[in-house]
Amino acid sequence: MTGSPTVGLVALQGGVREHRLMLEGLGARVVPLRSGDDLVGPDGVRVDAVLLPGGESSTIDKLLRMFDLFEPLRASIAAGLPALGTCAGLVLLAADVDDRAPGQRSLGLLDVTVRRNALGSQVDSAETELASTLGPLRVAFIRAPIVTRVGPGVDVLARRNEHVVAVRQGTITGIAFHPELTGETVFHRRLLESVHCNSV
Amino acid sequence: MTTVIGSPLVKRGLADMLNGGVIMDVVTPEQARIAEDAGAVAVMALERVPADIRAQGGVARMSDPDLIAAIIDTVSIPVMAKARIGHFVEAQVLEHLKVDYIDESEVLSPADYTHHIDKHSFTVPFVCGATNLGEALRRIAEGAAMIRSKGEAGTGDVSEATKHIRTIRRQIAELSALAKSAPDELYVAAKELQAPLDLVREVAHAGALPVVLFTAGGVATPADAALMMQLGADGVFVGSGIFKSGDPAARAAAIVKATARFDEPAVIAEASRGLGEAMVGISVADLPAPHRLAERGW
Repeated sequence: MTGSPTVGLVALQGGVREHRLMLEGLGARVVPLRSGDDLVGPDGVRVDAVLLPGGESSTIDKLLRMFDLFEPLRASIAAGLPALGTCAGLVLLAADVDDRAPGQRSLGLLDVTVRRNALGSQVDSAETELASTLGPLRVAFIRAPIVTRVGPGVDVLARRNEHVVAVRQGTITGIAFHPELTGETVFHRRLLESVHCNSV
Repeated sequence: MTTVIGSPLVKRGLADMLNGGVIMDVVTPEQARIAEDAGAVAVMALERVPADIRAQGGVARMSDPDLIAAIIDTVSIPVMAKARIGHFVEAQVLEHLKVDYIDESEVLSPADYTHHIDKHSFTVPFVCGATNLGEALRRIAEGAAMIRSKGEAGTGDVSEATKHIRTIRRQIAELSALAKSAPDELYVAAKELQAPLDLVREVAHAGALPVVLFTAGGVATPADAALMMQLGADGVFVGSGIFKSGDPAARAAAIVKATARFDEPAVIAEASRGLGEAMVGISVADLPAPHRLAERGW
């Protein structure tokens, strides 16, 4: 791997800015993804990894389809492009979504079931500390989802109380919380490291 | 292990997640469903849209809790609701109902002509209107976690929204320049803005508000929404513009589309096609001063 990795950041709606600043702070080049052409060019996939930020999952799903980014994103990640999804990003990566909005779809890449807004409304949103397989974390849960089913081949990285809130399947990581709001960089560093591993 | 609810980070964090989105006024669960289907990031639950408040007159208050609860039950996206300026008991009721955001709004009749709500004392976050930077910073000092420029609600006339977002943006740029050229003049800048010095300094050094800035008041078309975004808004509120138009579902989806890719004329043109009638609207210039909602709040 020469030079810094390029991360495609899905930038149609949501908490994009904090992820961009964090990735750039770690030395990555960030490309906003707003259409299928932003992700896949004539020479193939233009980025080394993708990040799906938090936001409103039902809105982002609609925009992904409206701008023909849904299928290229699904195909690229399925073909091995490393991916990190936070909050709404986790919902979008999941195979199944409980209590989805009418017509809402997901990319179906992580073999888990996710329940949206499972930790309550905004008055239940919280900053908290979590134990994880990557060490202790301080993160924010904002109207957060949880993982209600973990498929075979999926590793649990963290729980909050009894709920699974971070998972990994190969090069795809999904987390229910927001490390970018509290300055927790471990997931972003892992995403960039997985690029280096892939290219060896 | 410490867990904190209602911290500024958590309150401002939800507003961050609304970035680039459209928040739509709805008066029934059916409208809320249409808004969600169209891609709204949140809905504002209220009994009358601003255009009707304007037409019908009288005192406008917090909505019936039954209506708010029915809308919360209907959609999975965040639900906001309005309290009157200074009416902290309406805010207590809305927090109890578990709305996701409270709008302390000039669209309703003010309950207090001197004091706004002390928003720090709530777990639920607040959004407040502002026509200029000083007003925005006073609201943030009181605990607002999100600001919307006021515009002139219920008119379908975007000119006041344009004026307010431009004013806020220009005043931020002026502070930013001052931070570099003459930081010793920030004291007087704070005095002139009638805003706390620490917030004035923060804005001057960051070149941005410390919270998300949406626009509101008069947005009626996809191009209006994109105009607000190109002027530097993080997202838009659309009130009467959707459900007072000929085809609300199509118009709502089109405004969502134009807001997401606001700097691409081809996308805005496509979104603007075949939407039927926009809300009729009234020109702000024809509104006598006592009927201008933006002048409420201090």
